[in-house]
Amino acid sequence: MSAVVTDHEHDHEHHDHKPSGIKRWLYTTNHKDIGTMYLVFALIMFFIGGAMAMVIRAELFQPGMQFVEPNFFNQMTTVHGLIMVFGAVMPAFTGLANWMIPMMIGAPDMALPRMNNWSFWILPFAFLILLMSLFMPGGGPSFGWTFYAPLSTTYSSDSTALFVFSVHIMGISSIMGAINVIVTIFNLRAPGMTWMKMPLFVWTWLITAFLLIMVMPVLAGVVTMVLTDKYFGTSFFDAAGGGDPVLFQHIFWFFGHPEVYIMILPAFGIVSAIVPTFARKPLFGYASMVYATSSIALLSFLVWAHHMFTTGMPVAGALFFMYCTMLIAVPTGVKVFNWVATMWRGAMTFEVPMMFALAFIVLFTIGGFSGLMLAITPADFQYHDTYFVVAHFHYVLVTGAVFSIIAAAYYWLPKWTGHMYDEKLGQWHFWCSLISVNLLFFPMHFVGLAGMPRRIPDYALQFADFNAFISIGGFLFGASQLIFVWVLVKCARGGEKATAQVWEGAEGLEWQVPSPAPYHTFDTPPVIK
Amino acid sequence: MTKTRSLRWSLPALLLAATANATDMPLNMTKGVTEISQQVYDLHMTIFWICCAIGAVVFGAMFWSILRHRKARGVQPAQFHESTKVEILWTAIPVVILILMAIPATKTLIAMEDTTEADVTVLVTGSQWKWHYKYLNTDVEFYSLLATPKEQINNRFAKGENYLLEVDRPLVIPTGKKVRFLMTSDDVIHSWWVPAFAVKKDANPGFINEAWTRVEEPGIYRGQCAELCGKDHAFMPVVVIAKTPADYEQWLNGEAERIAKAKAEEQELLAMNMSMDELMSVGERTYIAYCAACHQPNGEGLAGIFPALKGSSMALNDMAGHIDIVLNGKAGTSMQAYAKQLSLKEIAAVITYERNAWGNNTGELVQAADVHAVLQGKGE
Amino acid sequence: MALRHKPLTVKLAVTALAMFGFGFALVPLYDVFCDLTGLNGKTAATAASAEAAMIDTSRQVVIEFVARPNKQMPWVFKPEVSRMTVHPGEIHIMNYLAENPTGRMIVGQAVPSVSPGQAALYFHKIECFCFTQQQLAGGKNMLMPLQFYVDPALPSQFSTITLSYTLYDVTNAWQDSSAVSTQPGE
Repeated sequence: MSAVVTDHEHDHEHHDHKPSGIKRWLYTTNHKDIGTMYLVFALIMFFIGGAMAMVIRAELFQPGMQFVEPNFFNQMTTVHGLIMVFGAVMPAFTGLANWMIPMMIGAPDMALPRMNNWSFWILPFAFLILLMSLFMPGGGPSFGWTFYAPLSTTYSSDSTALFVFSVHIMGISSIMGAINVIVTIFNLRAPGMTWMKMPLFVWTWLITAFLLIMVMPVLAGVVTMVLTDKYFGTSFFDAAGGGDPVLFQHIFWFFGHPEVYIMILPAFGIVSAIVPTFARKPLFGYASMVYATSSIALLSFLVWAHHMFTTGMPVAGALFFMYCTMLIAVPTGVKVFNWVATMWRGAMTFEVPMMFALAFIVLFTIGGFSGLMLAITPADFQYHDTYFVVAHFHYVLVTGAVFSIIAAAYYWLPKWTGHMYDEKLGQWHFWCSLISVNLLFFPMHFVGLAGMPRRIPDYALQFADFNAFISIGGFLFGASQLIFVWVLVKCARGGEKATAQVWEGAEGLEWQVPSPAPYHTFDTPPVIK
Repeated sequence: MTKTRSLRWSLPALLLAATANATDMPLNMTKGVTEISQQVYDLHMTIFWICCAIGAVVFGAMFWSILRHRKARGVQPAQFHESTKVEILWTAIPVVILILMAIPATKTLIAMEDTTEADVTVLVTGSQWKWHYKYLNTDVEFYSLLATPKEQINNRFAKGENYLLEVDRPLVIPTGKKVRFLMTSDDVIHSWWVPAFAVKKDANPGFINEAWTRVEEPGIYRGQCAELCGKDHAFMPVVVIAKTPADYEQWLNGEAERIAKAKAEEQELLAMNMSMDELMSVGERTYIAYCAACHQPNGEGLAGIFPALKGSSMALNDMAGHIDIVLNGKAGTSMQAYAKQLSLKEIAAVITYERNAWGNNTGELVQAADVHAVLQGKGE
Repeated sequence: MALRHKPLTVKLAVTALAMFGFGFALVPLYDVFCDLTGLNGKTAATAASAEAAMIDTSRQVVIEFVARPNKQMPWVFKPEVSRMTVHPGEIHIMNYLAENPTGRMIVGQAVPSVSPGQAALYFHKIECFCFTQQQLAGGKNMLMPLQFYVDPALPSQFSTITLSYTLYDVTNAWQDSSAVSTQPGE
């Protein structure tokens, strides 16, 4: 990617004192450079985590143990989850925030540029530690990304300390990133950029950043307790010493459920930017979108125990969490209705970003429906910890979060590189992804309803045909993403020159600066009408 | 474009093909065999159809818009936005639907949690990686282990019909009676799940949970552990046989007799010496069933998690320590106390096996009496 | 430039630190919550007052006693009887038999759990072996008493209360800390 930006240095109106080569990237405090690094890092992690998914699907292709040992299989499911959540989806959103938020609110850079550099550069080390732990005797973490105690304490391998350390670093990185986003949005908005004029991507990210600050420290706390329980003789989660293993789940999901929204709220912002652009019609209910996002964020603190219905809780507790969870469907519905109403009587075109956004709306909604089904406590007893849940959260996270990130990449790529991407190749990427992702995840609903538990390396014969089918879908989806890399490389190297406006219907400050966006933008704040 | 279209059309065909080939995999949640499981199924279907209806309306509007309101048709975009009326409507309607949905869900949940007035109570204890069942108020208790041979899992033998869903000793319950399950665990969290009863409850170490069922039809019902519990999570199935009350009573008495007889045999065994061959063959069988999951069939363990027995100083030099750790386990590790799980003969055999297999050729024999001596406490 | 960001940055950093503390505060909060609601069937870790309330002879409650040594615990551990029918308010004593069949001293800690969880609020222990760690020399046995009563305020939907004890081998922790830091339920 470095070639891209250096190509266009002569375009700059400013004279930039930036070092060349690796030093530029190590020392950079420029939000665009840091954004690029986050995005490239997320892409690399997406492929590493994806490779692990391929191992999982290869083992599950047929019943019986073929390629890996059960213990290694558990490490794959665990690290796949950790990498995709903390290494791919979250850094990708942070990268988009870095690139776009200053340009969208008319700020020259992020408010705390040096901290910004730090928050990125500690991240590769976190994942290096996590990946290296796989090569320790006894292997890496094998207790699922949810690391339930006491499986992660008394019964885990010695690499658990590395896992804890790595999660701490990821947490610090996210918290610093979130602080930066909030300070930038609070202090650096251009004159006239009032709260209710901010683009929805900025709004959703602001709320996400608050969620991050509220819950990432709780995650840091719970991994610390795991560490002290395992190595220093405390008994937070050990019944023998007066602790309670269920307490772990309460603390974890107090973090975990808002975390789910951390991974989807920015996606709402992206789709809310793309749909009006390609429908050439303003977003139907801007204010109600803002309120819906806020209420989803608030409700996310009241629903954590819906992950724990089978742990044994009083009926009153189960009912409370069931009702609150069902309630979340209301603001989520408001969002989907808004997008559809935005399309209604617009003049739509279907470039790749719009295609991914449309797929997002349909497939995320399917994930939302299965989420609503999971909220019904008695039915959850049958769905819980089966492939139905796996199908649910992959619909929400892959065809939800990941599709929105891909849509955002296509949408803003011309702004970043100054070139249009290859539309034909992009359409290929879209259709291959759309078909294969559904081959991959849709049958998981059936397998789960039929009774296949999740996180198992081997299964009963009745599930064999469906799993073979799912695995083929998985390999195809993995391969389809190679087209994406091809598109990105091709677009970075050259292509049809992009205008400042890029998309006919696009609105917002980022489309007022030239394409590619100069190294420094909005040194003097723009005037907002 | 033609290629894309043909791909799209082949999708439903592929799905249908898979459906046809599946060895009787149901495509939907089981209705189960209890009143509760039927209610759960009904809830599942109700919410499913509600979702389908909402989906049809929303996606219908969306695809209509995609087809009609495209720039290629030369339409001019409307500029309307914000309508309080519409927004109130699409907030209120979902709320009403959700309330309607919450009513039956609440009723079913309350019924599921009512464990009072049970006829039979079974204490279900999960441990890595097997279930233990104890019938309260009787002497009947036993472990229930996966019965699928390793050779089937390793693809050396053809897989049987109930691959991974078969156990050596299933749980037996009477039909037509309210059976209460008390769940707990010996190590990590497990989850006891039988889909046909719609019972899934976590077994938490140190704590008890309750669930219940009332099965009307005699039959064999299969389930699995649902909570990730370590390496062999996939290999601890649940099998429940529902028998008529008369058959159940007969089974229970037979089981009590079997356990009493085994105890009597233990005493006789103390006076006997078994040969090396006999010890080794019983030992190998026991080792594969109880020890190999962690210490591995080749005795090499898994570095960093489960210690090797092959060439270990305990297996070569310290017989008393060896017997003690097998009998009493080691606190704070995965090593369990087998004194209550295995017979003296099996323990003697497995220790002999561990001290003579894989090149650990100590030539030492351990007899039931040796184990008994340690069990009685040499310090006394 | 950076100066005007400082107040907000500091506020946010303090919030993050406070939330880290909140994570730990959830531990005692959870215990309080359990005490209030009977979540997870935890019983009080300290003795209840012996002045029992009025005896309610109009109804009976079945108490089931479940005792299990954890699988790493070699003791034999069982209640004298497996069930008892009581009137709410009556004080009863239940003895548990413990036997250490090994050749070494072992320290045990019993962890109580009551099901249904809400009933834990109405199950009062005046004296219990689970309040402290129990030492037993190799080859010895002992009777461990539990003195309890059921609160007459027990809601009528609870006709059976199950009291479970899981017995853990805590010899290592006991040796490490001379039984100071690992007292349960503190």
